[in-house]
Amino acid sequence: MRALALVALLVLAGCGERAPDGAVTGRITVFAAASLTGTFTRLGEDFEAANPGVDVVFNFGGSSGLARQIGQGAPADVFASAAPSTMAQVVDAGGTAAAPVTFARNRLEIAVPRGNPAGISGLADFGDADAKIALCAEQVPCGAAAKRAFDAAGITARPDTLEQDVKAVLTKVRLGEVDAALVYRTDVRSAAGEVEGIAFPGADGTVNDYVIAPLAAAPDDAGARAFVEHVRSDRGRAVLAEAGFDAP
Amino acid sequence: MTSTRRRARGRLPVVLVLPAVIGLAFLLVPLVGLLVRAPWSTLPERLAGESVGQALRLSLVCASLATVVCLVLGVPLAWLLARGDVPGRGLLRALVTVPLVLPPVVGGVALLFVLGRRGLLGQHLDAWFGISLPFTTAGVVLAEAFVAMPFLVISVEGALRAADPRYEEAAATLGASRWLAFRRVTLPSILPGVVAGTVLCWARALGEFGATITFAGNFPGETTTMPLAVYLALESDPESAIVLSVVLLLVSVGVLAALRDRWISGPS
Repeated sequence: MRALALVALLVLAGCGERAPDGAVTGRITVFAAASLTGTFTRLGEDFEAANPGVDVVFNFGGSSGLARQIGQGAPADVFASAAPSTMAQVVDAGGTAAAPVTFARNRLEIAVPRGNPAGISGLADFGDADAKIALCAEQVPCGAAAKRAFDAAGITARPDTLEQDVKAVLTKVRLGEVDAALVYRTDVRSAAGEVEGIAFPGADGTVNDYVIAPLAAAPDDAGARAFVEHVRSDRGRAVLAEAGFDAP
Repeated sequence: MTSTRRRARGRLPVVLVLPAVIGLAFLLVPLVGLLVRAPWSTLPERLAGESVGQALRLSLVCASLATVVCLVLGVPLAWLLARGDVPGRGLLRALVTVPLVLPPVVGGVALLFVLGRRGLLGQHLDAWFGISLPFTTAGVVLAEAFVAMPFLVISVEGALRAADPRYEEAAATLGASRWLAFRRVTLPSILPGVVAGTVLCWARALGEFGATITFAGNFPGETTTMPLAVYLALESDPESAIVLSVVLLLVSVGVLAALRDRWISGPS
């Protein structure tokens, strides 16, 4: 599916340009971490409303996968990553047009199905062999953050599945297939009604920075910078805060 | 006169050869790309890692078990579709192929809705027998069988429909029951079709990713098959992902080539 999205982007991208009057027009292609799906979709609509003639297209996915696509020449104008280390790969390859800036922070929360059927109360329950536990794989940012949390608490987690991204973990909780999972606070918020969140002490150690940068290969350089500014504006911060992100 | 005609017949028509060569290249060039990019110098040490053997073993075991499930259920199903007097056979035939067009991830979600802990059947399995299929190796086998069975059913059904039913009728007039006729007359005559379907089914199960990760999750040693291991390795260590892919490629090509030579070498 990702490959298909990429093909679509290849076909669609590369038509952005600045109109004679200085307004931004055309298509802006934004590659963003999966956990930004809700907020960035809203910010994109805002941006389109404020800039008639602009079309903001998103490719949401795991940050490392997106970084790899950018490295392979995917035509993206903006990259928003859930981890500075993934952004660093793009920076090291000379892929960014400006220094990345931190625009939001997120932290982990325990997610349980509605009603908390297994009576999960804290991180210690993740060491219970009887409980069904889903975590992100350590290779992706949410999994690395979970590992930090367990290491800090001195708990050996006994997961039943290590998912490839945080949305897949959330789906398992939504369907009630697992008793507990560690996801971002924003994910718990986005699934309110189906999923309940439990904050845990030490979550401060799981904070991860979201960084954004316009890309060097951007077919639409002015549009890319304008969109980054839009995300960092007061309006952008308000949308992010509403979804449960912390301000940088 | 005869010689020119023979030559005309012998020359391969360009309108067929050209697309055929392009088609062949289209299928093979990506594999070449994989082999070119493979980190051959560090290959042995990467292969020595425990996780590779574990994932490969799990893949082979699960694909083989899924194929057995497909054979046990799929051959009778193909027989029913080809020979049975069931109403709405055309519709049934179309429904059987649904897993072919369904995105595997959707197949995995559908399996969760039925066999998951809160699924239609799964909740009873869990409450009455304490059986929970998601996140288990059995779940991997189920997910693979779900996706791969149509390949077997279609091949076997095609073979059955091409087979001459008069042999079965002759067996019946000689007093054989339908079951005996199926075993002793029909099955041997469609064996090449069954073997071809089995090979296709096994290959599909071996490469299964979407339904597996959705229904069975991903845990090393229990549900992490090679395709899942490849996908996760891509996140952090693309070189390892290439190594895993090459291993999976070599093993599957090896098995398929061996099977072809032994079982389905048609008239050459």
